[in-house]
Amino acid sequence: MTAKKTISVTVNGTVEVRTVEPRLLLSDFLRDTLDLTGTHVGCEHGICGACTIFLDGDSVRSCLTLAVQADGAEIVTVEGLGDADRLNFLQRKFREHHALQCGFCTPGMLISATDLLRKHSELSEAQVREGLSGNLCRCTGYEHIVRAVMAAAEEWDGEWNEATPRECTS
Amino acid sequence: MKPPPVDYAAPAMVEEAVALLAEHDGDAKVLAGGQSLIPMLNFRLLEPSILVDITRIPELKGIRDDGEAMTVGATTRYVELRNSELVRARFPVLGAALPHVAHLAIRNRGTLGGSLSHADPAAELPMMALLLDAELRIAGARGARRIAAEAFFLGPLATDLADDEIVVSVRFPYPADGIGWGFAETARRHGDFALAAAAALIGVSGEHVVTEARIAVMGVDETPLRIAEAERLLIGRRLDSDALADAVRAVREAVTPDADLQASAEYRRHLVGVQVSRALAQAWERAGGDAR
Ligand SMILES: Cc1cc2nc3c(=O)[nH]c(=O)nc-3n(C[C@H](O)[C@H](O)[C@H](O)COP(=O)(O)OP(=O)(O)OC[C@H]3O[C@@H](n4cnc5c(N)ncnc54)[C@H](O)[C@@H]3O)c2cc1C
Ligand code: FES
Ligand code: FES
Repeated sequence: MTAKKTISVTVNGTVEVRTVEPRLLLSDFLRDTLDLTGTHVGCEHGICGACTIFLDGDSVRSCLTLAVQADGAEIVTVEGLGDADRLNFLQRKFREHHALQCGFCTPGMLISATDLLRKHSELSEAQVREGLSGNLCRCTGYEHIVRAVMAAAEEWDGEWNEATPRECTS
Repeated sequence: MKPPPVDYAAPAMVEEAVALLAEHDGDAKVLAGGQSLIPMLNFRLLEPSILVDITRIPELKGIRDDGEAMTVGATTRYVELRNSELVRARFPVLGAALPHVAHLAIRNRGTLGGSLSHADPAAELPMMALLLDAELRIAGARGARRIAAEAFFLGPLATDLADDEIVVSVRFPYPADGIGWGFAETARRHGDFALAAAAALIGVSGEHVVTEARIAVMGVDETPLRIAEAERLLIGRRLDSDALADAVRAVREAVTPDADLQASAEYRRHLVGVQVSRALAQAWERAGGDAR
């Protein structure tokens, strides 16, 4: 038996204290322990990008991070971006440009795109394509996703704050 | 696809970390960015009894400039190197290679020390460490030591590190002012591991001949390689098409690529020659050589 660890993480603005096995993946911690099933799990070895979340302000693979490694960290998942009643700016662009079909890749796409938007004052299409190259989509053929992100990058203007994670202060 | 049961410790000091490694005698694993180790745990390729997370050790973080060299703490992440003014100013060749490492989210976690210790034969930073004559500082339960990158990589996923040792930092001496650089990589898709890649540094004299040449390649042998023979034969010459052809021939003779699902050995040998030729031409031009 391995020793469990108690961790404290801030997830979408709420402090969560839990006692977990060290081997628990952060993706499973979010989905199974905290019931935040917006974060999807595809491959569990870093290839598909569906599990991408914000950890202390950077997009990371939650399937390649242990929950214990996130002790003390601030996490934002897709649930922290906006919800059905209040889609954020980028989510609205995804809807307008038909950037999703089945929606499996969408949580990871939104997080990766948000990371790009937050860290670049200007984005070229090449940068968007490169920035999303770690997120696989089996449905859309990517064109509409790229268009949605480009539209968000071009128009962000006054609404910019809404494209940033609500509770992520870092 | 879940990690096996394992204990976890996150020491605050290097001494504690190496003591834990020594105590578990080969059964412990250092955890840095986790971008190679956690996939291996998920696949159950490894079943260590304890993970020693070194990312909470302040001594292992950060990028320092001592006037003669840049020293980078082992847990410095790819993204931090990419954003570093010092890297931009003094090691543009490293800046050019970094975007080819995996994808954004992986570069946000993966570390320099992890990349070198993992020693994937198709990884960018081990090749850069060779190209830039880097020196690794290592701490162990039996004391500290230094080792040149050239002596560190022993084979695919194999290095000179003992079970109770960790990489503490990596020292990159500044190349001479005015040195030119080049980099070329080919991967099936952006962010995939390379089929092959090459990087070069070229110093040029007032008489427009090569005074210094460094050539490193990866993806074409069990470890990244410096191609000393190709470097030697360029010294004192202009980088004309004859010189390029001689260097390419020496590189193709020196490497022993493997075949896999992505490419045949012959294709890789051909490809690395093309890449060396491109990297050298870029470096020559940037150094102010006259390629005509
Ligand atoms: C989808 C995907 C694509 C990738 N593509 C590329 C690519 O194109 N190019 C590339 O170079 N890499 C690629 N990688 C690998 C990535 O770069 C890893 O981050 C890197 O190889 C390991 O660094 P890490 O900090 O994550 O180390 P970890 O995964 O934490 O550790 C890796 C190994 O090194 C050991 N270790 C770590 N730090 C130290 C230390 N300081 N001292 C001693 N031992 C240590 C660990 O015990 C372990 O054995 C990819 C990974 C994924 C998941
Ligand atoms: S589930 Fe994490 S990258 Fe696929
Ligand atoms: S919308 Fe179905 S995988 Fe992207």
